[in-house]
Amino acid sequence: MTAAEVVARDAVTRGGTERRGRRRPPGRTVLRLLPLSPAVVLLGVFLAGPILWAFYGSLTNAALTGVAAKDPQWVGLENYTELLSDPDFLQSLWLTVIFVLVSAVLGQNLLGLGIALLMTKASKAVSAVVGVCVVAAWVLPEIVAGFVAYAFFNREGTLNQLTALFGIEGTDWLFTVPMLAVILANIWRGTAFSMMVYQAALNDVPEEITEAAMIDGAGGSKRLWYITLPMIRRSIATNLMLITLQTLSVFTLIYVMTAGGPAGASTTLPLMAYEEAFRYSDVGYGTAIAVVMLLIGAVFSVIYIRALRERKG
Amino acid sequence: MLRDHRIKVSLLAVGALALAGCGGGGGGGEDETSQSSALRIVYQTTEANATMDDVMKKAKADFEAAHDGVTVNLEPITGSDEDYATKLALSQRSPDTAPDVFYEDTFKIRSDVDAGYLLNLDQYLAEWDDWANFNDGAKEAGRADDGSIYAVPLGTDTRAIWYNKNVLQDAGVDVPWAPKDWNAILEAARAIKSSQPDVVPFNLYAGTGTGEGTVMQSFYQLLYGTGDTLYDDSEGKWVVGSQGFIDSLAFLQTLYQEDLAVTPAEALDPNVWQMVFGQLFPEDKLGGTVEGSYSPSFWQEGGLVDWPEYGDVMGVAPFPTQNGQEPGAVSMSGGWTLAVGANSANPDLAFEFLTEVMSQENSLEYTVANSQIAVRTDVAKDPAYLDANPFVAEVSELVSVTNYRPATADYPQISTAVQEATEAVMMGKKTPEEAAAEFDAAVTDLVGAENTVQK
Repeated sequence: MTAAEVVARDAVTRGGTERRGRRRPPGRTVLRLLPLSPAVVLLGVFLAGPILWAFYGSLTNAALTGVAAKDPQWVGLENYTELLSDPDFLQSLWLTVIFVLVSAVLGQNLLGLGIALLMTKASKAVSAVVGVCVVAAWVLPEIVAGFVAYAFFNREGTLNQLTALFGIEGTDWLFTVPMLAVILANIWRGTAFSMMVYQAALNDVPEEITEAAMIDGAGGSKRLWYITLPMIRRSIATNLMLITLQTLSVFTLIYVMTAGGPAGASTTLPLMAYEEAFRYSDVGYGTAIAVVMLLIGAVFSVIYIRALRERKG
Repeated sequence: MLRDHRIKVSLLAVGALALAGCGGGGGGGEDETSQSSALRIVYQTTEANATMDDVMKKAKADFEAAHDGVTVNLEPITGSDEDYATKLALSQRSPDTAPDVFYEDTFKIRSDVDAGYLLNLDQYLAEWDDWANFNDGAKEAGRADDGSIYAVPLGTDTRAIWYNKNVLQDAGVDVPWAPKDWNAILEAARAIKSSQPDVVPFNLYAGTGTGEGTVMQSFYQLLYGTGDTLYDDSEGKWVVGSQGFIDSLAFLQTLYQEDLAVTPAEALDPNVWQMVFGQLFPEDKLGGTVEGSYSPSFWQEGGLVDWPEYGDVMGVAPFPTQNGQEPGAVSMSGGWTLAVGANSANPDLAFEFLTEVMSQENSLEYTVANSQIAVRTDVAKDPAYLDANPFVAEVSELVSVTNYRPATADYPQISTAVQEATEAVMMGKKTPEEAAAEFDAAVTDLVGAENTVQK
């Protein structure tokens, strides 16, 4: 409730006759809002500002070099119409959707949940060892994780050396199946986060309820489906939202492993935006791609937030 | 009332402070006397090459000793050519971060002049005696579309065939080798393939992985030897639909389809050149390739690999024209320059530092250590330059048949379109005709149909 509403309610409860006479001076609301202003200004400058600036930039032909660098022109929606007719963009959009769905929503999410469930049953030693292994990938800085994954999938990398032990000649993974390689790498790197979120959530599921279900004769899968999952639904939604947004913006991992290649076969939107803005110095076009990414992220967020809200009610 | 007044005063004070802050970078030149001046110098260093760093450090020491109160701040950027160009362009977007003197690739000059990043040097060069020591061809490298000079060249380069004599002799090819046309290259490559199956016979770069290397050390060598070009200088228009473009792609297709070059996967690795210089040539695993006149710098002490025998094992030959037509050989040139920032607070001092770096002594060190081709006539005559490596004379002669990239503001994107065409052909995704047609469409889209010419 805003200060204005508070004042209005007060006025009503004190009776209509006095209302006109007690009208508060106009400066008062402003004064009451004053303590909020630092927060509002900070939010505006550091959150809304860059977004608005990016949106403005995407409506110009700003560039890093050439005439447009000195004097950027307003081009309206030209960058966006160009995007829609650019086959590279449509491919990149599709690759981004696949990357997010397969590596985050399916891979990290399900694997994280699976490991967390298994660890509730495992002995302390086993769960400690597994936990350290999984979390190790997540603790690595993204650039290091990228190099590790590159060393693993590379033509002469660990994976091919392992398959060679069994007499199978591996392929050049980063060249023949670049998307599979970066998806697997992202699952490897990100699963720990989901695992930890679910571990925390599962710890909060009261044992009495599970035990009661057991006494009622519910088997393992039924207990999972009717008891455990509904009780951690809010954690699932929060986790999905966080890993979706995180995966949507993955850049370093892919850039180190494949640099978006070969022939754009692993160029997701962040890589395409980088390439357009900084390699081809078309900052306006690159910014337009960034704005599209922002919209995609916003759509996912709205979906998850709605899911969260329904659980509350 | 008193409170109101106080707020107004403090707002004014804040505003004045902010204004002062903004103005400081842009126009501080007037108050800063030469007694306390700082220059920002930005240049590129790479893992394989730290010469520029040595030259700059020496120039800084000499310059600071000669000028009281002047501080020279060196800001080397370690990275690839592309990363360096991006970082430099970003720093030039604000006068607060723009460098006073910087290292600039020749093919970026025209578009960076359009962007207003470079200072017009005409009046400075007129008063600089040493400028007469630069050869006339090299001076052109820094000229922009308006006819003025904006950058001073450090060195230039040419491109030629580098071949491994051991591999060629084992295949029965006579050395010194000097192929007369494209066919002679294919014949030698096929001979190597049949006699030494584990050797890469003749490599030409292709695809977007090697970036400018793909076009400079491979595609343009082919294209400019067909009689066609990428850009019609007299009309100022981009060429589309040329037979030479298709023929050049077809040559690459032959190399890759017959496994005469590296595999497409290797070709797409941006570090393939390190494999070429560091492993394939020293281990007798590569017949030949087209590379720059700077190649010996990778084999000399302190380079990519230490390979003292390269002078005996390697040979150099001009790249032939398609059918051996006049002038018989073809080469491409690039090179690096130094330029002064258009927003420099102290342009006089900045240019003076530039001349310090360009002195005969420093120029000689840079040229020799980088295996560059000299742009100063007094360096070209120096024995230290002539004896720098066994190939100086041969690669320097190619200056007479060399070509330059059409360095317009659109060039970087068109270069990418060329690289994409070579990639599609190399991977067998498109025929040379299809890839050429797609390139034509991309160019027309980029510059508009009115800026293209059908050949």
